[in-house]
Amino acid sequence: MTLQEIITHVSGTVVAGDPTIYPTIDCAFASDLMSDVLTITTDKRIMLITGLANLQTIRTCEMSDIKIILFARGKKATEEMIELAEEDDMVLIETPHSLYKVSGILYNAGLLPVY
Amino acid sequence: MNFKFEVEGGDFTNAGTASSQVKKMMKQLGVDAAIIKRTVVALYEAEVNIVAHAYRGDIFVDIDESGIYIKLVDEGPGIPDIDQAMIKGYSTASPKVREMGFGAGMGLPNIKANTDVLNVFSEVGKGTTVEISNLFQKE
Repeated sequence: MTLQEIITHVSGTVVAGDPTIYPTIDCAFASDLMSDVLTITTDKRIMLITGLANLQTIRTCEMSDIKIILFARGKKATEEMIELAEEDDMVLIETPHSLYKVSGILYNAGLLPVY
Repeated sequence: MNFKFEVEGGDFTNAGTASSQVKKMMKQLGVDAAIIKRTVVALYEAEVNIVAHAYRGDIFVDIDESGIYIKLVDEGPGIPDIDQAMIKGYSTASPKVREMGFGAGMGLPNIKANTDVLNVFSEVGKGTTVEISNLFQKE
């Protein structure tokens, strides 16, 4: 699925990064628990869907080679988070929808889970 | 090459800074991407453990052509039962740590899963030392 399609499906707003760098996403993982995110082992291009908006969300994705984060339920990325994300060429997207709703929308649209 | 990083307990703003630096260094050295990911995931888990549980700590990193050898030495309460701490799901993390997305009792098991060598030594009331190594070329 293209990143632009994802942004349209979830009524998303890009708040950091250039979404054209990553034209497609292979699969997604939804979690507020960063310990779970750190256990993912895949070479695929992943998007993290989360309601946890803090600096450690960005750090966790940096270590896990995840370049796209979708913040659900209206959570906002802070200036510090945006700065850190842009250092690692990440794309941050915000959506007002809940984690469950965006996961359902994207799954229905064909975006695969990591497992 | 040898590097040293200092980590402050409770400082979640800077947690992960050392791991980020190590990731950049390994990339510059042209280390295989899969080994970089395993190493920095393990190191980040261990670095967050210092921030979450200790008063302070030092991270010593040694990289040569054979692999990366990391020692994390903290001053803190120590771990009374290391075997118990290695069990998935066991955690003594504070509510603040859990708010940051950690403290699910998955750190040490995930460090073990991402390293070729893991050694944990601890003395209650003094601190914990964690040694992690990943070899660049498997025998």
